[in-house]
Amino acid sequence: MKITRHAFLRMGGVSFLAVTGRKLLDAITRTRWGMAIDTAKCLKEPNCTKCIEACNHAHNVPEIPDRRHEIRWIWKAPFENVFASEVDQYSPLRAAPAMVLCNHCDDPPCVRVCPTQATWKREDGIVDMDWHRCIGCRYCVAACPYGSRSFNWMDPRPYIHNPNPAFPTRTKGVVEKCTFCPERLVAGRPPVCVEACPEKAIVFGNLADPHSEIRELLRTRRHIRRKPELGTNPSVFYIV
Amino acid sequence: MRDRGIIYGGLLLFLGFATLPVWHNLTAGVTAKGPNPRLPVNAKQCVAPVEFMRTSHMSLLLDWRENVVRRGGRDFTAFNGKHYPMSLTSTCLEQCHGAKADFCDRCHNYAAVSPPCWNCHLDSPRDSKVAGGADHRLTWSAALLRSAR
Repeated sequence: MKITRHAFLRMGGVSFLAVTGRKLLDAITRTRWGMAIDTAKCLKEPNCTKCIEACNHAHNVPEIPDRRHEIRWIWKAPFENVFASEVDQYSPLRAAPAMVLCNHCDDPPCVRVCPTQATWKREDGIVDMDWHRCIGCRYCVAACPYGSRSFNWMDPRPYIHNPNPAFPTRTKGVVEKCTFCPERLVAGRPPVCVEACPEKAIVFGNLADPHSEIRELLRTRRHIRRKPELGTNPSVFYIV
Repeated sequence: MRDRGIIYGGLLLFLGFATLPVWHNLTAGVTAKGPNPRLPVNAKQCVAPVEFMRTSHMSLLLDWRENVVRRGGRDFTAFNGKHYPMSLTSTCLEQCHGAKADFCDRCHNYAAVSPPCWNCHLDSPRDSKVAGGADHRLTWSAALLRSAR
């Protein structure tokens, strides 16, 4: 088959249009998942751990009493530890606990160091984990400035008391963390912690959509992020 | 040749010991019986033809894994047009094959292979103490082969 110059140019033009069209469409319909946690609402129930329990059950997170072996996806930490630079000794927020989880950074240091791409950033911004690929080198644990990652030093199964068969457990020698529940997002449901919160303190949504609930919240309320000076650009916002 | 009895007796004993795995399997009926997996009763057709599943179920499962974890796709269209969610526990086990001990383990133990799927994926809703459950049907020779690796 012989291609004339005219046909070649035409083919090139059509391919160029198709590629730019696709990029344009992607840019318009882009999804960037993010989360906003209303600290005041969260404080209304100081002893509430519903989001933690729901997450732990949904993802078969083991309850290991030994803190050296502890596995955490979402947990409570004193506000002054989480936001050391934001509070002084007179600040009213000092005593408040803050819910902490993986920040699903725009520029995640854990992804940069992972030698097997077991952790990677998805198109929709989620920093996901593939436990099949994790070799347990723990570079990501060292790289994460937020301490969001836990390593399975031992078989977690004996510490999972009521396993959820719809989700796998992990095994000894892999790292784990919050994944923003992609298995629920694909079914059109928000992450399990969002659903579990009785105060609706956790808002989840598309940061790329200027009309989304989370963008509206971030437009109107003062909010902070963890260690923004590091340039990782977290997607978890704290409304203060 | 006064030691004839001892020599032949010793030889016989040695031969007996050397071929012990064969005798063991023959008496246990393992070799003759084959793996004999328990087939599902409520389903006649797997997600692919039986011949394909027999030889290539591992490739299909790896494909599912890549699709679900890396590409975010969860729907599998089978060769006959039926749709299945790509899930080892909820599709393969819960919909058809039941407990892994009755199906997966029988062939895997027979062939002395130990895929690590069930180190993380849960066998059945009731099976909470799953660790190490795969080994209870291991034949003696399979255990020997495994420890040699």
